[in-house]
Amino acid sequence: MNLLDVVLILPLAGFLLLLFLPREREQTIRRVALGFALLTFVLSLGLAVGYRGAGEFAFVTDKPWIRSPEIRYHVALDGLSLWLVLLTTLLTPVGILVSWNYISRRVKEFYALFLLLEFGLIGVFVALDLILFYVFWEVSLVPMYFLIGVWGHERRIYAAVKFFLFTMAGSVLMLAAIIYLYTYAGTFDYVELLRLQAAGNLAFRRGEELLLFLGFFIAFAIKVPLFPLHTWLPDAHVEAPTAGSVMLASVMLKMGCYGLLRFLLPLFPQASRECAPWIVGLAIAGIIYGALVALVQPNMKKLVAYTSVSHLGFVVLGIFTFSQLGADGAVYQMINHGISTGALFVLVGFLYERKHSLEIADYGGVATPAPNLAAVFMITALASAGLPTLNNFVGEYLVLQGTAQVNFRWAVLAATGVILAAGYMLWLYQRVFFGPAPESVREHVYDLKRREWAAMLPLVALMVWLGTASETFLPAIRQTNAWILERARTSGEVRVQLSMPREEAKP
Amino acid sequence: MKFLELVWLIPLIPLAGAALMLVLGRLLDPQPPSEVAAAPGVAPAASGHGVAHRIGQHGHSAARSVISLLCPGTVFVSLLLSLGAVWELAALPGRTYEVVKFTWVAGLPFFTQSGALARFTADWGFLLDPLSSVMILVVTGVGFLIHVYSVGYMGHEGGYYRFFGYLNLFVFFMLMLVLANNYLLMFVGWEGVGLCSYLLIGFYFHKKSAADAGKKAFVMNRVGDAGFILGMLLMFSVFGSVRFREVNEALASGRFAAETAGLGVLSAIALLLFLGATGKSAQFPLYTWLPDAMEGPTPVSALIHAATMVTAGVYMVARSHLLFRLTPEASTVVAVIGAFTAILAASIALVQNDIKRVLAYSTVSQLGYMFMACGVGAYWVAIFHLYTHAFFKALLFLGSGSVIHALGGEQDMRRMGGLKDKIPVTYRTMVVGALAISGIPGFAGFFSKDEILWQIYSSPHGSKVIYLVALVTAGMTAFYMWRLIFMTFHGSPRTDPQTLAHVHESPPVMTVPLVALAVGSALAGWIGVPKLWAFLPESFRAFEHWLAPTLSAPALRASEHAHEAATEWLLMGVSVAVALAGIGLARHLYLARPERVQALRQAAGPLYTVLANKWYVDEIYDAVFVNGLGKGGGSALARFDNRIVDGGVNGAGWMTRLTSTLSIWWDTWIVDGAVRLLSFLVKAASFPVRVLHTGSVQAYALVIVLGAAVLFTWYLVR
Repeated sequence: MNLLDVVLILPLAGFLLLLFLPREREQTIRRVALGFALLTFVLSLGLAVGYRGAGEFAFVTDKPWIRSPEIRYHVALDGLSLWLVLLTTLLTPVGILVSWNYISRRVKEFYALFLLLEFGLIGVFVALDLILFYVFWEVSLVPMYFLIGVWGHERRIYAAVKFFLFTMAGSVLMLAAIIYLYTYAGTFDYVELLRLQAAGNLAFRRGEELLLFLGFFIAFAIKVPLFPLHTWLPDAHVEAPTAGSVMLASVMLKMGCYGLLRFLLPLFPQASRECAPWIVGLAIAGIIYGALVALVQPNMKKLVAYTSVSHLGFVVLGIFTFSQLGADGAVYQMINHGISTGALFVLVGFLYERKHSLEIADYGGVATPAPNLAAVFMITALASAGLPTLNNFVGEYLVLQGTAQVNFRWAVLAATGVILAAGYMLWLYQRVFFGPAPESVREHVYDLKRREWAAMLPLVALMVWLGTASETFLPAIRQTNAWILERARTSGEVRVQLSMPREEAKP
Repeated sequence: MKFLELVWLIPLIPLAGAALMLVLGRLLDPQPPSEVAAAPGVAPAASGHGVAHRIGQHGHSAARSVISLLCPGTVFVSLLLSLGAVWELAALPGRTYEVVKFTWVAGLPFFTQSGALARFTADWGFLLDPLSSVMILVVTGVGFLIHVYSVGYMGHEGGYYRFFGYLNLFVFFMLMLVLANNYLLMFVGWEGVGLCSYLLIGFYFHKKSAADAGKKAFVMNRVGDAGFILGMLLMFSVFGSVRFREVNEALASGRFAAETAGLGVLSAIALLLFLGATGKSAQFPLYTWLPDAMEGPTPVSALIHAATMVTAGVYMVARSHLLFRLTPEASTVVAVIGAFTAILAASIALVQNDIKRVLAYSTVSQLGYMFMACGVGAYWVAIFHLYTHAFFKALLFLGSGSVIHALGGEQDMRRMGGLKDKIPVTYRTMVVGALAISGIPGFAGFFSKDEILWQIYSSPHGSKVIYLVALVTAGMTAFYMWRLIFMTFHGSPRTDPQTLAHVHESPPVMTVPLVALAVGSALAGWIGVPKLWAFLPESFRAFEHWLAPTLSAPALRASEHAHEAATEWLLMGVSVAVALAGIGLARHLYLARPERVQALRQAAGPLYTVLANKWYVDEIYDAVFVNGLGKGGGSALARFDNRIVDGGVNGAGWMTRLTSTLSIWWDTWIVDGAVRLLSFLVKAASFPVRVLHTGSVQAYALVIVLGAAVLFTWYLVR
């Protein structure tokens, strides 16, 4: 039982404990949930401090779970999962803080499910047994379904069902692929699979590899979401409660991106390369398409949802350039998007709590009654629009740099997303915050409260930290990516040279 | 070495000021909410006495004094540090000092296209060399004067702390831009100044026009910035570095041949970077944001939209001069765009009536001169003009601010006139500025502009056509500038009497910077006198010598001797004559015979309409890009998303429901129907038998009896 196991188990323990608390004691429930979330976060910081990996897995626990077929509880951490775990443990307390007053119905169930969600999400990022991964994948799906379906807005049932069915459709294909892989390799273990592959014992026929690839890919692409599989996202976001949107955008979407890098590239390198031009095409289409559609959305949450389609296009683009910088940028962008889009949803949630509307047209002049809210929103919007010194810029730039080395024309197309980002963000900002404040706004909108500051300050601090001292976070990502890309390299036709020397580990 | 080692502090000190203001400013300078809400009615520089006295009550509170001392103070400290650092730099061999504080972004080593092992790194690194030293002195020097001026100009306005916070933040980013030792960090400053420009243009954010203008500036700059980014991407792919030193070493190494025939990858990099420059420095086609940027407070127009930020593009091209020297065709594009922009903007300035807009178009036009100089390979001259322009354009803007201040917010020159005796300091300093920009010998603008004209004429990359364009533009410049002076200060007052009664000279905190800048506008050019003036010692040409280590180009220098001294004297005479003619025409039309203006307008007819409407470029951009591709495309795609993509999803759901309905029907009627049919058939087939098998003994007995009876009867009958 190492620190990682503790971080993984704690939210589950919190979930179970909450189930046994009396439902009337709402304040106690909130505090217990927050306590568990904060404790998990603090402990997870130990993972970052203790992570010394140079590409290999750290904090490994590998125990049998089911004897036949052999399914193991195999969890570990590397540079790819490290920051995603931390992102999850950071955003969970943030989500709890923003739900404090927002959630007034079925309080106990809400916080219990929220901790269960955290358990599932952390599990996805650390599981190294395919069945275990699949179990966590589904565990995270269920609480989110209820968060949307129970605590959502008017069309919540439609959105929840759509979300569930979309994801299920993908994950069933993934399950089929996992089982086929087992019949072929005789193991569910990721590390074992890689070993077999390295020894040449995992050579698929071409069509076979392509089918397996697609089985996984569709599941991940839906989750990313990659254009044109994205339409569940705006609906889910618009209907979800604030905390649900935050976790959905910040962490759940990263499950797909994570899967692409963790499983697809190393396990099916040939098929990945063959499909790469198509996937890159979809990613770039998503970047431009998402941005243009976001430009004209009248609903704030929908707008932010479409910006996610655009931003995550960069992630997929970076991964499928098979370049070190592109992959580094993609992982960095996962974190960045988690922070800045999460913060945007938090802020939109604050506005909703004040004026009970998500329509941009219902706002205007908010900067007058709420200057601090306006300032924090400005920083977040600029981060999202990719202003240098804030986080998103670094990720986007690295992705573009990686892309440019492979195909400059792709980079030119993707760069239009950068222009449009300024357009949709500033236009949104102008319509909500600038101009004279109508009576209704001045009456209902108040400035940030202490609890709201507590939720936002860490996010804003991270935007600056990620944007100005990126070398705190990048070395771990680089090493893991180098390791993954080395495995994704197939014989011949290597267009981009990958790392030769391995960097010395940095804390 | 003391000051040089502190070079990183030069930008950091204004940043500290900005952080203090933006985080704690509200506590120092509390804003009564009612007043902020009332601000929409307050026009820019609304210091007409009624408003001033109402808001002015807390305008001189102790807390405000702290801000007034602190924020200009940070820039002053930076100025002192800069002076110290430049002084020490002069003593360094090679006049280059580079220091890296820490790594910002890095990558793993890999092989570039050319086969060299490269590693992506962008540091928080600072480079002080002659080029950046000129820039930091301009930024901190002019920046300090404008900060001081702002204390007076903004003294009566709400959001005082916010204004100075943004202004200090701007100085930070601008200093980062010019001190960065690599392109990526330069881009940080580049976008950062754009951000501050956005925030300051939209300072009066209650006004829609101001908020619109800010957004327009940012988004338009983003188009250029995308070019800058792409240029950097390509640059790294080719050179394996984005550090100035390494890129320049690669360019100087001779590994890359000059792209004299056709456009190669170097030209692509150069043109992409130049696209970035056209955005930031408001060149065609990305210039239309700058006139709109005049929505911001006037000190902002002076600092950001005249003296410093908009010159960043020129700085960047000069910084990349080795690249542009190897790409003559890209350089030609730079020169042509510069020339076209210069004359286009000058033509619009001829007929504008808003005092700040005249100056804005003038800035666009003067920046065009700088790019012309870059385009013909005279980089030091471009920087020289940048430096003199900073003085006289900042002066003209601040002077116009003083006029606007005196008139309680009036910006329309048609409602000015006859102010010269009422605000004499403003008048005299602005005349100095106008003399400088017109190129009257002895004043700063003369030296730089004349050198540009001469270089365009004489350089092997120059062209007579561009020279003519530049010359005509010079005449136009003199005309619109003196038109401004005459309309504003001379003639009879056209201001309403009530406002006129309140007109007063600005306080010393505003006029002292004006005088300082006027001195600069008069004298700053004497460190770059023409070579022709051989009677002056070389120290009068210190500017070129100072920049030589960074911008020298021996190959080009030699060609200058190819021309006759007589030609140069002649051209100098021509340009002065053209300037004087422009001034004379302005005097004739706006002072001596004002009635002719109207006649001329009618005579010009459609040309005047087109000029007054700024060649309709804004309208075209709005129709094509904003409403067409942007909002139109977005709406179309949103409909596509809703109907087709999501329609497909919902259609799939509907299909699923349909098939399940059909399945139910099939299941009920066909599958289950078959089963039931079978049972029915069995049932039907068994019916006759079932009738007999009733299980009732009596019935069986009856059948037996009846049967027996039948048989018995049959036997009997037979």
